[in-house]
Amino acid sequence: MLIAVTSLTLIATCLGLILGIAARRFHVEPPELVSELEAMLPGSQCGQCGFPGCNGAAEALADGLAPVTLCPPGGPALALALADKLGVQVELGAMGEREPTIAAVREDICIGCTKCFKECPTDAIHGAMKQMHSVMKEACTGCGKCAEICPTEAVTLVPVAATLGNWRWREPAFA
Amino acid sequence: MSEVLILLLSTALVNNVVLVKFLGLCPFLGVSRKLDAAIGMGLATTFVLTLASAASWMLEQWLLEPFGLGYLRIVSFILVIAAAVQFVELAMRKFSPELHQVLGIYLPLITTNCAVLGVALLNVQQGSDFLHALLYGLGSAAGFTLVMAMFAGVRERLELAAVPASFSGAPIALITAGLLSLAFMGFSGLRLD
Repeated sequence: MLIAVTSLTLIATCLGLILGIAARRFHVEPPELVSELEAMLPGSQCGQCGFPGCNGAAEALADGLAPVTLCPPGGPALALALADKLGVQVELGAMGEREPTIAAVREDICIGCTKCFKECPTDAIHGAMKQMHSVMKEACTGCGKCAEICPTEAVTLVPVAATLGNWRWREPAFA
Repeated sequence: MSEVLILLLSTALVNNVVLVKFLGLCPFLGVSRKLDAAIGMGLATTFVLTLASAASWMLEQWLLEPFGLGYLRIVSFILVIAAAVQFVELAMRKFSPELHQVLGIYLPLITTNCAVLGVALLNVQQGSDFLHALLYGLGSAAGFTLVMAMFAGVRERLELAAVPASFSGAPIALITAGLLSLAFMGFSGLRLD
């Protein structure tokens, strides 16, 4: 019994040590551009761009495989910043006339099912079972995943007030 | 020399790990849609299988047998295999990024490939010495790679064949695997001397 426990512990410790040292010795720095781009992206790993998380999106951006308008939660503000960083032209028309929005819970129909905050990539919704949920404005990126999953349509996306970061000219309206 | 050749041939063809012993069927059916992916998986498995048979032989001879810990065989082998796979992935990313790009996603999958554990356990059962254990691992892995490549080639052609609707997809792949297995039974008549 004792020898079994000791030997398994010993094997696991040795292997862990070897792997730990190997991870240090064989560490590969990701390209600088990729880490910088990843820092600019929202980091919520929502996957709306079609890449596996923000790291995948940053790699695709660095390789020029994805347009700078790929990130719906980032919106036009992020697209402009990315285009500036990569030195490419940006065609904001492709993003559509999408106002920046955040999620909001309608208290009268929320049943407290907890589905929305399990789905939220930024943990912006909090609450408990059979308790009303609410949204933290600072953390919400407006990705809309909660609105899709809500069984009672209590979560809706509402436009946020314009700030210097997200305001832009409206498209000219045709009379 | 001829003994080495006989051992390799018999493990790769006569006792093929996939089609005769029916080990490692998950990657055999899962990663055989495209030829280059199948070959990549085969090469990654070859690497890990050879390494794992050597490591598990050492573990068995120097730790499990002297202390009478036979009942810890499976769990300690799995530990060693998982660590070997992880180590190979780390080293490969550093020294050969191209190879890592090709094999990257298949490497972690090999941890759960039962052919790797199966070969390590069979080595213990047969009481092989170190060289035989190593060759047994290499031969089995060569057989695995061969079968993966063959099956992927057949499946690539099957994509274009007129298969009845009720057989298309997985059913025809399983039937093909069965036919391949029947064909490999023919090798049991091979005279290796």
